[in-house]
Amino acid sequence: MNMSSAQYWHCFRGVLVREYLRFIQQRTRFFSALVRPLLWLVVFAAGFRAALGIAIIEPYETYITYEVYIAPGLCCMILLFNGMQSSLSMVYDREMGSMRVLLMSPLPRWFLLVCKLLSIALVSLLQVYAFLLIALLVDVEPPLWGYLTALPAFLLVAVMLGAIGLFISSWIKQLENFAGVMNFVIFPMFFLSSALYPLWKMQEASEWLYWICSSNPFTYAVELVRHALYMKFDLLAFSVTLSTTILFSLLAINGFNPQRAAKGK
Amino acid sequence: MSINVEQLSFSYGRKTALSDLNFTLERGEFSALLGPNGAGKSTLFALLTRLFSLQSGSIQLQGLDLQKTPTQVMQQVGVVFQQSTLDLDLSVQQNLVYHAALHGFSSAEANARIAIELDRMSMADRANEKVRALNGGHRRRVEIARALLHQPSVLLLDEPTSGLDPQTRKILNQHVRQLCEDQQLTVLWATHLIDEIHANDRALLLHQGKLLSSSTGQNLCTLSGKEQLAHAFEHLTQQTVAAA
Repeated sequence: MNMSSAQYWHCFRGVLVREYLRFIQQRTRFFSALVRPLLWLVVFAAGFRAALGIAIIEPYETYITYEVYIAPGLCCMILLFNGMQSSLSMVYDREMGSMRVLLMSPLPRWFLLVCKLLSIALVSLLQVYAFLLIALLVDVEPPLWGYLTALPAFLLVAVMLGAIGLFISSWIKQLENFAGVMNFVIFPMFFLSSALYPLWKMQEASEWLYWICSSNPFTYAVELVRHALYMKFDLLAFSVTLSTTILFSLLAINGFNPQRAAKGK
Repeated sequence: MSINVEQLSFSYGRKTALSDLNFTLERGEFSALLGPNGAGKSTLFALLTRLFSLQSGSIQLQGLDLQKTPTQVMQQVGVVFQQSTLDLDLSVQQNLVYHAALHGFSSAEANARIAIELDRMSMADRANEKVRALNGGHRRRVEIARALLHQPSVLLLDEPTSGLDPQTRKILNQHVRQLCEDQQLTVLWATHLIDEIHANDRALLLHQGKLLSSSTGQNLCTLSGKEQLAHAFEHLTQQTVAAA
């Protein structure tokens, strides 16, 4: 018997509810995930505020503090850590057991993986909004509607980063542990982007570093979020983020192989 | 539903895990999959549950090919894995609701089915407890209830009693036998504990990736000239080692 669209929906709802239940069960993980970007926002930004002057740049209409500048990048940092961590644990960690349960579903494997990626992304959004709420205390105050217009941008970026994480965990054996991924994927992706400094600053420092930053999809993810948070739409950033999401989702789904993970255990 | 496995082979790189397996399990039959550690039992389970892709050979359920019609086949299969796959931080009910959703059940359908299966396993009063609070035997019962939620006609259990005390092992084994009889379930019970097998059970004896026998326990004894199944099992596996 073929599965109906209602059954597909029930499946997605089930995966999402489980992801949410796990999230609220693991409160310590939630708070520790918030500490990292808050340290950057409160401590790092305070120290660097004096050193870095930010000219008026898109999408801002006036001079801004450094805290305001790095807030979108830090939101993406939350999504970056969450996406990588969840995707890797899907394949290698204790989660392998729950992956087996997921794959016992009669629904197509690609659909199950999309459900999982979307659910992880949706739950990550709760952390992002919690961060933005706290960020109000250091005067990061995007327009009220900006919180809403940024929602689809956050979701797209979260899925993109989850798909990249799943792709990496499927293909690169040497990076099986999270420390390896932090050093070789998360930190380079984060630092070689416009999350902490505008690209024109980077261009002043080094042309080739600027070139690398301009080729980094994370830069476009950050810019998409930055613009969306101020109710503006960056077509280039959207196109690159969407294309990267589609590309890595296809690669991740195509390359997903529990056999490899089981063998590696 | 019958299971038909033909010319099934599987290897991890150069290492052969299963070599040319052929067997049929009839509907409503309790069969044991016997074999020492490393015999290939878990690989066979991974193939039967579609976790691994087939490299060569075929697996059919009542004529339906696992590779060609995975959706239809997986709707008919319930599995209890060797290692617990329950989410310890969630309640029994939440774990079961998740599984039901994966099979496309609405909340109402799921709750109705969960009540029936937990009741059958005498676990109805533990539905709201966290799995972490349950002992090993009760966790296994929940896993069996979960495997039966979508009313499969085939139940695969990969060493379901490992780590349990003798009394609990016996109760679980009897329980699954009862299910097999009541619901005409086709059961494949992997184990390396001989005392879980009855003389008239079909015993698939797997050793070093090869199927040494797919006869009843009694026939295994006759074949090896031993009175007890444990001795027959030892004799047959040692013979293979000597021949290798």
